[in-house]
Amino acid sequence: MRTTIHSLKKSEKAIIKDFDIDIIPLKLLEMGCLPGNTVELLQIAPFGDPLYLDVNGSHVAIRVETAKEIEVELIKITL
Amino acid sequence: MMHQNINVALIGNPNVGKTSVFNQLTGLNQQVGNYPGITVEKKIGFCKLPNNIKANILDLPGTYSLNASSMDESVVIELLLNKNDKLYPDVAVVVTDVENLKRNLLLYTQIKDLEIPTILVINMADRMESKGITLDIPYLEEKLKTKIALVSSRKGHGIEALKDLIVSYKTITHEPCLNSSVIDPEYFKNLQEAFPQQLVYKLWLVITQDVNFSNLDRNEIRSAFTKSHSELKRLQQKETIKRYQFINDVLKAGLKIDVSTATDFRAKLDNVLTHKFWGYFIFLAILFVIFQSIFSWSTIPMDFIDGTFAALSSWAAEELPSGILTDLLSQGIIPGIGGVIIFIPQIAFLFLFISILEESGYMSRVVFLMDKIMRRFGLSGKSVVPLISGTACAIPAIMATRNIENWKERLITILVTPFTTCSARLPVYAIIIALVIPNERVFGVLNMQGLSLMLLYLLGFGTAILSAYILNKILKLENKTYFVVEMPSYKLPLFKNVGINVVEKTKAFVVGAGKIILAISIILWFLASYGPGKDFNEAETIVKERFANTTLDETQFENEIASQKLENSYIGLMGRAIEPAIKPLGYDWKIGIAIISSFAAREVFVGTLATIYSVGNSDNEDTIKNKMAAEVHPETGEKVFNFASGISLMLFYAFAMQCASTLAITKKETNSWKWPVMQLVFMSIFAYLTALIAYQILK
Repeated sequence: MRTTIHSLKKSEKAIIKDFDIDIIPLKLLEMGCLPGNTVELLQIAPFGDPLYLDVNGSHVAIRVETAKEIEVELIKITL
Repeated sequence: MMHQNINVALIGNPNVGKTSVFNQLTGLNQQVGNYPGITVEKKIGFCKLPNNIKANILDLPGTYSLNASSMDESVVIELLLNKNDKLYPDVAVVVTDVENLKRNLLLYTQIKDLEIPTILVINMADRMESKGITLDIPYLEEKLKTKIALVSSRKGHGIEALKDLIVSYKTITHEPCLNSSVIDPEYFKNLQEAFPQQLVYKLWLVITQDVNFSNLDRNEIRSAFTKSHSELKRLQQKETIKRYQFINDVLKAGLKIDVSTATDFRAKLDNVLTHKFWGYFIFLAILFVIFQSIFSWSTIPMDFIDGTFAALSSWAAEELPSGILTDLLSQGIIPGIGGVIIFIPQIAFLFLFISILEESGYMSRVVFLMDKIMRRFGLSGKSVVPLISGTACAIPAIMATRNIENWKERLITILVTPFTTCSARLPVYAIIIALVIPNERVFGVLNMQGLSLMLLYLLGFGTAILSAYILNKILKLENKTYFVVEMPSYKLPLFKNVGINVVEKTKAFVVGAGKIILAISIILWFLASYGPGKDFNEAETIVKERFANTTLDETQFENEIASQKLENSYIGLMGRAIEPAIKPLGYDWKIGIAIISSFAAREVFVGTLATIYSVGNSDNEDTIKNKMAAEVHPETGEKVFNFASGISLMLFYAFAMQCASTLAITKKETNSWKWPVMQLVFMSIFAYLTALIAYQILK
């Protein structure tokens, strides 16, 4: 199964890999949601949706249905 | 040196403190209006600069980029593309937030591509230390090809330096800071060759945006250089990536963040305010405090205003030479104006709370918290803001739906917002609650009157949400969802910003509603003071004959004449004509008149009754409330405003669509008469039926 923003756990960080450009709103791209940038899941709303993210330093909330479309690669914390 | 006027445009992302900078530059020297033909707010302020230069400062709506996704954002692009606009800026001031510099600079690089001299304001500079941020200003100025003003608009720091930069705007280069056409060199080269007179970036915006572009025929450009929607979006993504690469490179050397000194206030507060229990608990508590306080705090100034206008009326009636003009003044104009002024305390309180919630950044957390719940009813988390603002006035609330990206969710929000209890309903509720609900406490703490008002608010929200649920099932619309909400950092609301906002909004409301109310009360006075035929014109003889065998003192006699006249005046005849339709709801013909007159604007209700009872009563000293309390049915001797008729009236006002301005704004925002007509018909029938059922059960 591919890893998306939706599969992140709270306070996990990941690198944005790829998404279908036709589904993702331009506004989200302008907020910094672009391949190669980091994303951190900050909060999950009480009923599991929406998700509150730190994308490339911008704080935004998006719905799960959008988060499912954005493929990421988890950053492994190595000590 | 001679006088010189320059145009300055303030541009920036939302939540960067652009309005604070505007307020600091202009003080109270501002004008708020609308852009022609649309309802986007246009704020212009004036500012004196050094060297005898005066600046017209235009506060443009907040926008994330020059790719417009709403009407507010289109305004920005249309102005910047039209050199002939009389507000076309001599200099653009792009306001950014030091904590979000990376994202905020995206818009900056786009503005630079339009080759307008641009000053960069880095705002909230007072937060740099606590966030561990250091900036290399000379380096940034060189790379971004601009002059930078470090400003802390909350404290007023850096504003003088900004003014100096604006004065010397001619020294700033027009040159863009990056070459964005590298994303598809061939395409842009051909574009430029086809239209050598135009900036290539302007042409690109014309192709990608739905904006008016005066100098060129858009179809001509588009037909030659069109691409599929998907291809265009791919190019826009490439453009965005290109811009971010440039910004990242510049900030890598120009901005240092020492993470160890950064405090994590935001995360801690977010943990509480978006918590699954505490988040909702705090939200409900805030709403409860707002509504309780609006009712209890504003009664004091409201009673004072009511009493003052009653005294003014009777003073005018006694002291001025008697005649038609004095009557018009004391019975028509003064009570009419009083009916407007009395709104001020409650409206001001509502706007105060709403602007504090928005300024602090809390409103976005409410959106986040409520989205999933609201979606079950076909609404969006963003619908919460219109539904809350609707408690002040449906008009700004419907305009606030613009940032809901999904059309279906937005349409449903527009349609149900008029159910929320707007401030125009408040005076109606306030006076009827005071008449029919005992002023007692339940459980020793809760005031019954306050509780009734709260129930009416909940009823409004409940109906709005329920109708949304039904509309969501009925409306068949394409439902392409996206939802992107910025979560701004928390800020202590600034007194000056909140204050100016409250004053401007209240003023706009009072002036707007005031004109209608004043006009209606003058018309009403005429209709109530004149009538056709014998029954009106020979009222005195008729009353004399009727009471030939009874002795009446002078006051009683005069009152009898006055009510005989009112009953047979033009308005009395109109009221009596609709009486059969409203009698089952528990209303008499006088309330009928008030309902007719408040079809244009519901707040006219109390003023109408004030005018009617002033005309129908020679005693001018009393307040509206006492006059209403004293009103009895002539046949039965029962009070007109009793529990059953009071509840029925409140339900009628809760549901009926009595606001011409709301219908007009719905038409404007939905671009069709279909939706406002549906609102009007559905809400009126619903109001009539519920009022009917309530009265028949309670009477």
